[in-house]
Amino acid sequence: MTNGRYGKHGGQYIPEILMNAIIELEESYNYYKNDYSFNNELNSLLREYAGRPSLLYYAKKMTEDLGGAKIYLKREDLNHTGSHKINNVLGQVLLAKKMGKKRVIAETGAGQHGVATATAAALMGMECEIFMGLEDTKRQALNVFRMELLGAKVHAVASGTQTLKDAVNETMREWATRVGDTHYVLGSVMGPHPFPMIVRDFQSIIGKEVREQIIDKEGRLPDIAIACVGGGSNAMGLFYDFINDPSVELIGCEAAGKGIDTEYHAATIAKGQLGIFHGMKSYFCQDENGQIAPVYSISAGLDYPGIGPEHAHLNDIKRAKYVPITDAQAINAFEYLSKVEGIIPAIESSHAVAHAMELAPKLSSDKIIVICLSGRGDKDVAAIAKYMGVEINE
Amino acid sequence: MSKIKNAFANGKAFIGFLTAGDPSLDKTEEFILSMVEAGADLIEIGIPFSDPIAEGEVIQRANERALSVNTTLNKIFNMVKSVRLKTQIPIVFLTYLNPVFTYGYDHFFRECNNNDIDGVIIPDIPFEEKEELTPFGEKYSIDIISLIAPTSQERIDKIAKKAQGYVYCVSSMGVTGVRSEIKTDLSSIISDIRNVTDVPIAVGFGISTPEQAAQISSYADGIIVGSAIVKIIEEHGENAAKPLYEYVRAMKGAIS
Repeated sequence: MTNGRYGKHGGQYIPEILMNAIIELEESYNYYKNDYSFNNELNSLLREYAGRPSLLYYAKKMTEDLGGAKIYLKREDLNHTGSHKINNVLGQVLLAKKMGKKRVIAETGAGQHGVATATAAALMGMECEIFMGLEDTKRQALNVFRMELLGAKVHAVASGTQTLKDAVNETMREWATRVGDTHYVLGSVMGPHPFPMIVRDFQSIIGKEVREQIIDKEGRLPDIAIACVGGGSNAMGLFYDFINDPSVELIGCEAAGKGIDTEYHAATIAKGQLGIFHGMKSYFCQDENGQIAPVYSISAGLDYPGIGPEHAHLNDIKRAKYVPITDAQAINAFEYLSKVEGIIPAIESSHAVAHAMELAPKLSSDKIIVICLSGRGDKDVAAIAKYMGVEINE
Repeated sequence: MSKIKNAFANGKAFIGFLTAGDPSLDKTEEFILSMVEAGADLIEIGIPFSDPIAEGEVIQRANERALSVNTTLNKIFNMVKSVRLKTQIPIVFLTYLNPVFTYGYDHFFRECNNNDIDGVIIPDIPFEEKEELTPFGEKYSIDIISLIAPTSQERIDKIAKKAQGYVYCVSSMGVTGVRSEIKTDLSSIISDIRNVTDVPIAVGFGISTPEQAAQISSYADGIIVGSAIVKIIEEHGENAAKPLYEYVRAMKGAIS
């Protein structure tokens, strides 16, 4: 990667008004990423506050039940705030504080990134405002309340499709309005350079830990690493440390919603085209006129029409493979993991679990699959109940 | 050869923006001609995009209205072809990069040239990425207009040195939209730009009243009005031609 490019992807396609902030961010990041005290402080937060390292759990019952490859779960759901999002947020909010910013803003889809940002802002004494699609505030009402409890102001975005894409638009607009004292804590490996690089670096702790943990447990690297992909931050975090290990197959699972042959999906690699949006050149679900398509997934966190530029590049060079997983497959996996292992996964992560359930029985027992369990499913219980036609009363 | 310099040849320029296809392309043509008749010196035509991140609510809604009636680039080029039978006023397109990228850079700039479009403004292509378009602009003699914002500071030099057509000086922080007060020290930004280039400087974002127009035009070469015009179109719909004429006339009068 040079100058924010990953092959033909990446770049800095943003309004001039934000360019100075992006340059300042890159300079600050390049300084602090090598700064001993910054890293010390961040590592201490990750360890003492977020609860890292997260466990690498051998899913014995799942492995036995599926009858094939050994399955390990990287338990990002056990982090403070319940997902991998805290890894990136602690890094970015600490960086913002060092840069002298007083306020952080963020977009959120399922609410996990918003909750993580509100948490870090509370911890570090910064003002916090979160932008969330109106539709998403309804399907993730619990997380909205959680953010408010943490002292953040939540803006419901009523424009466009009222989902993650529109929350990103609105956060960029807000950033352009108050760029001086405000840092935009971008939540995935997307957006203009340097965000895809910064978020990847902060999330790469997932793969680094997996490498150590699996060598400790199995004496070797895994054969397959699987993670769900919306923008793609937990997947990039898992993949990054293994990119130069060709024996490790990298698989991203994108949201196929009601099926990639319908209009209701968010499967960017399967159905998207090269385009330029949200500051980056990458693949996007769009129409023949370059209008960004309304996308759909039962999972608010994967309901995004694009994918991070480094993923787009890994796909181009065939280093990683991306497969579409439907709502039905994800819900089946959600129920399966809950019942078999006693772990309720986020509906996002269930996409990755679903693919592993397909793969494992086809592989021999000497193969190892690591699934990134990016978050816990508490937030999704009401949505799943609704999908299944079950009424829940408080 | 671009006709943009003509817009600045007779005193301060009034630049009016509207979104193509809002509420229909026939009406867009009528509204353009109405603004020309009222004394506009240059017209910026917005090509609608689903996610216009540099725009405020008023222009966002115009984009949505235009897309809801299936406004496409090919139809916009046809509309401009018809406009060109009636006026030779300089015309500039404003859009986001993805519709242009999808249409194909060469195809887009060739069609701009075929239809006497003089320049293009793309808010999501900063100086660092401009090279992506420059060869096509040069090949088809279309000016690629650069924006300079209140945050541009030490970037002014390099942006202004390569400026074409006019410099679009953003009046204040944030997105497009009417503002009751513009606090940016525009005169010093404009003076910094003038130190580097002879290209005319037009100020946009937030200007809506004749008083603001008069004040800003005392140090800029022109003013750009978008949201206030689009708001008139939103309020009057198909019957906006007359109020637009009156508004543009008043604004042009304020800077003359």
